[in-house]
Amino acid sequence: VKPESQALITGVGWSTIGRRLHLDPQLLTADACLAAIADAGLTPQDIDGVSTYPGAFWSSPGITGAGVDDVRALLGLKLRWHTGGGELPGQLGSLVNAVLAVATGLATHVLCFRTVWESTAQDRAGGRSSVMAGSVKEVMQWGKPHGASYSTYGALAMQRYMSVSGATREQFAQLAVVSRANAAGNPDAVYRAPLTVDDYLGSRMISDPLCLYDCDVPVDGSVAVVVSRADATMVDSSRAIGIEAMGTASGYEASGDMMWSRTDLSPGDVDVAEIYDGFSIQAVRWLEATRLTPRNETGAFIEDGHRISLAGELPISTGGGQLSAGRLHGYGALLEACIQLRGDGGARQVPGAPEVALVTSGAETFTSCLLLTR
Amino acid sequence: VTFDRPVPATTDRTEGFWKGGEHGELRIARCQTCGWWLHPPLPLCRQCLGRDIQWEKTSGRGTVWSFTINRYKWAAGMEPPYVIAEVELDEQDGLRVLTSLVDCDEVEVGMKVGVRFERTGDVWVPVFAP
Repeated sequence: VKPESQALITGVGWSTIGRRLHLDPQLLTADACLAAIADAGLTPQDIDGVSTYPGAFWSSPGITGAGVDDVRALLGLKLRWHTGGGELPGQLGSLVNAVLAVATGLATHVLCFRTVWESTAQDRAGGRSSVMAGSVKEVMQWGKPHGASYSTYGALAMQRYMSVSGATREQFAQLAVVSRANAAGNPDAVYRAPLTVDDYLGSRMISDPLCLYDCDVPVDGSVAVVVSRADATMVDSSRAIGIEAMGTASGYEASGDMMWSRTDLSPGDVDVAEIYDGFSIQAVRWLEATRLTPRNETGAFIEDGHRISLAGELPISTGGGQLSAGRLHGYGALLEACIQLRGDGGARQVPGAPEVALVTSGAETFTSCLLLTR
Repeated sequence: VTFDRPVPATTDRTEGFWKGGEHGELRIARCQTCGWWLHPPLPLCRQCLGRDIQWEKTSGRGTVWSFTINRYKWAAGMEPPYVIAEVELDEQDGLRVLTSLVDCDEVEVGMKVGVRFERTGDVWVPVFAP
């Protein structure tokens, strides 16, 4: 029996999400965690595990708002098992760890969370470049004398992809335009005003060919989910979400291949895809790695936006994605997948009661993806 | 245009890369047992598990694998726009360095380029030009 079938997502919760909130990130965390616990029909006394990414320690201000022990202390949890770290297979590696913990009997109800407050941190530091300049990550030293930033890496990947595949900026624009159209139906999204292809093409270049709308939006906010052992008492199975398969291998394609090797479902069964979109090119990489679009043909696939819209054959980023709803760093996609599978999407609900959702997280060698089912 | 480039923090493991330019050489770490080039430098060769890794001079020639025109002022002393690129060195498939392209009006993927060096602080930054 695979571990996936012994675990359920029983509760989801989220805090206020926004720009420059200047709120205590521990309170954002508490709001999300308490909401998720209540949604699962539990109390903090029932939680015996905690799992998070990246934990309390990381490199740049605002990228994490609380660690495992902060949450233990905040909520007065009695923990039998906990973990948090930055070298997990993507941000969803924290959910994978929770699945493994309940499947092996180390814990019964694991609280998983992710808190960011980058928008406020950047506001305090005086801007994005000030935060970047303070980065101590060793890998950033290679780009430092060239005036590089994280956006440099997104731009280089995008340029390479466009050169190899022939994809155009007009095609990439659809990722931003469709995400924004979906965000209009999500009251928690930070940017909800309509965006056109012309808006995209006319927007400020950050690093050619990467423009403003190819980049996700730093925000403050927290998302939490409860992962429970499937046979635990008190589980409301009518609201619970199943975990069909997990891919944890290092690299986009390897992760996708691993996930599909652990299920009888196939890419054609995916009803909704919440694709990691830190940069738009990462969404393209994930679409191809999970075989939802053909290799080097995503540009043509997304071309007028219809196929990836809410009413299309492959709805993506249904809550706005990180491009429009904000960089909740993998957990926004997880939350949106749960909302869609429960039919709670309101104005942005995918029609036809979706039963299978794909969620991906991370980039380069820190990657994971999940197949969730109703 | 002259840049006042930020000085990277160097370590024992990376210093050879940043200081080869003092001798006009683009130096890359290379396994002395099997000849595999390693960038970023590592103390162990993943091809043969050899541990005798030394700095070696490369041809300094390569191909633009990708590039970007940066428009945002990330660093004091570096006024945009400027071109950042990944250059694949002739020595080995996939051996790529993050660098700058200078003295070029047009850039395209696949363009042949050669190294030169710009000093900042106590390091010599390898940059490339057509």
